[in-house]
Amino acid sequence: MSIKSKNILLGHGSGGKLTNDLINDIFIKKLSNKILSTLEDSAVIKNNKTRIAMTTDSYVVDPIFFPGGDIGRLCVCGTVNDISVSGATICGISLAVIIEEGLDISILERIVESIKKTSKEAGVGIVTGDTKVVEKGKVDKIFINTAGVGFFDKDVDFSYKNVKKGDVIIINGEVGSHGLAVLNERNNLGLCGDIKSDAAPLNGLISSIREIKGIRCMKDLTRGGLLTAINEISEFAGVGAVIDEKNVPVSRSVSSASDVLGLDPFYIANEGKIVVVVDRKKADEVLSTMRRHKYGKKASVIGSFTSDKAVMIRTSIGSTRLAPMASGEQLPRIC
Amino acid sequence: MLLKRFMRQSKNYFDSTIWADPLIAEKIVDSIKNKSERIYKRDGKRVSMMEVCGTHTMAIAKSGIRALIGDYVNLISGPGCPVCVTSQGDIDRIIEFSKFKDVIITTFGDMIKVKGSSGKDLSEIRVSGGDVRVVYSPLDAVKIAEETPDKNIVFVGVGFETTAPTVAAAVKTAKKNNVNNFFVAPLFKLVPPALDFLLSSKLCEIDAFILPGHVSVIIGKNAYDFIEKKYQIPSVISGFEPLDILRTVDLILEAVFDRTDFIGLEYSRAVSDEGNRVAIDILAEVFAPSDAYWRAVGVIRKSGYVFSKDYEKFDAFKKYGIKYVEKPEPKGCACGRILLGMAKPSECSLFGKLCTPENAVGPCMVSSEGACAAWYRYGVKK
Repeated sequence: MSIKSKNILLGHGSGGKLTNDLINDIFIKKLSNKILSTLEDSAVIKNNKTRIAMTTDSYVVDPIFFPGGDIGRLCVCGTVNDISVSGATICGISLAVIIEEGLDISILERIVESIKKTSKEAGVGIVTGDTKVVEKGKVDKIFINTAGVGFFDKDVDFSYKNVKKGDVIIINGEVGSHGLAVLNERNNLGLCGDIKSDAAPLNGLISSIREIKGIRCMKDLTRGGLLTAINEISEFAGVGAVIDEKNVPVSRSVSSASDVLGLDPFYIANEGKIVVVVDRKKADEVLSTMRRHKYGKKASVIGSFTSDKAVMIRTSIGSTRLAPMASGEQLPRIC
Repeated sequence: MLLKRFMRQSKNYFDSTIWADPLIAEKIVDSIKNKSERIYKRDGKRVSMMEVCGTHTMAIAKSGIRALIGDYVNLISGPGCPVCVTSQGDIDRIIEFSKFKDVIITTFGDMIKVKGSSGKDLSEIRVSGGDVRVVYSPLDAVKIAEETPDKNIVFVGVGFETTAPTVAAAVKTAKKNNVNNFFVAPLFKLVPPALDFLLSSKLCEIDAFILPGHVSVIIGKNAYDFIEKKYQIPSVISGFEPLDILRTVDLILEAVFDRTDFIGLEYSRAVSDEGNRVAIDILAEVFAPSDAYWRAVGVIRKSGYVFSKDYEKFDAFKKYGIKYVEKPEPKGCACGRILLGMAKPSECSLFGKLCTPENAVGPCMVSSEGACAAWYRYGVKK
């Protein structure tokens, strides 16, 4: 058992190593089954010839409105993206809200309006829901849970276990803006440079490349950021990876703000970014197709998987160093 | 037209991407290898340079500089991480504030996981119901004080000359706005007295210092004149981008090769000879130099701050009568020896086994600027 503390710490929700320990040592240990134990973004349930993708996620972001998005946009995008990276087409979302007594009705209306707008953009309906209200102080304004269901209508089989050495890693754009936008808003840091959350439904982008043969898997980069995601794939597939630091797109404002705050943008959360792992021979086709989509304009090849066991970074000055999973709490409650 | 071009150029000058150019890096690395090898052949020893700034420690590990520059330069991490140099006795003093029910402890995030000698840290105190809040600016702590008039807000004042002016400014704001429930636990440390201690104590061999960039922005280049005069060794004030550090190493090697001593300024785009007058003045107004306790060292004379007479009422230790008691280091932890350049993180028997960022024993593994955290996180081997 690698959990050493007696209580739950904020770091257990960071999406990094502590979260992984918690999931493995408590949830997997007690609830393990073939589907759950794959630990991918969506579960794939098979029934005769039909394959269904299912996922769920809760949203506790503070503040609930931030530049580039809000908890409503987030709760749709997160679930749409989790289903889409599995290769399935999302066909319905559930919406469960836990509201704090005293919340201004107009705030709830704004959130629901944002849910409406985002689900319209993603082309998916909110098909069922639940509402609970709790005493003041028992939750912070509003917590939302969404779940999603999708069908595999084509012969796609994305899984981390498909990843082989030599496979290329492509990202759809600049990393780190969501976590920083939320942090900036929450703490009134006054960071300039127009840092906005990248929250976006990526099912359109994904369906544009989904049928290109040679795609091994996709993963959305949420808590723990880019490097935590690469480590997760690497651990599961039993391969290493090299990421080329200078090829990872980071906007200048995110880069400067991270420097000031002592944060590493490669570990900061995103809500509209995915990595696509693809056979080297198909990398150009995937890249050019992604670049034609509005959420993939800055798509770049950022590295590849290796026969090594570790995830490494080739630094801007040409050295290499280890790039492990994020460890504890970097930024609390960003999604 | 000229002005426009100048603006464009000076803007580029501050663009970090030009400070990470791989082709220029390669040229400087060649020069470093060449010079250090020649010095090794002549003197029969590697050139040992100590960086005394946690941001340098991280930048060196993150950019993989050690692996690039060859075997004849020995980069040592010194006492540059403010959380790490805070003595165990002072950590316990901070944790003691949690015993007072009317206190909200406010701190920068790094301090929250440093264990007191009881084994408890501020994050555990928060979990068991204590009011501990992480802030990003001391002014946030003043704001909490204004919003919570029935509590006393204690800000943990840990940091070097870079942090102290912002805390001084927050204290001045509190005074101006008559915020009477805002207090600071003054545990600031000053860099030059620590350098003096390291060189005079001869605890480890130091041929040159890589001097801190941000601290030097505040105190200015002239503050280091004593290194040259008293110890006749070269030192260079460095920026934080990969090329800054490589250039600094190269400048130091040149001086060692020529057997000259001087205080060099690589970080000329930010540091002046005299430093930042506004910051220096506010420090002089709010604080007065005092002896301070450093981890593994004990007292270094005039190496910290207490409040000046006019601002004494902001002293949290005085307000709550919390006295300093010397406490031992965590068992088996080599943080003290590592901070003084006497051991490398990988030489500690706990490193990476019993001591990891998730379950840190000593502060050098807790702080994101600590040498152990940097070595562990970025896989530094030697």
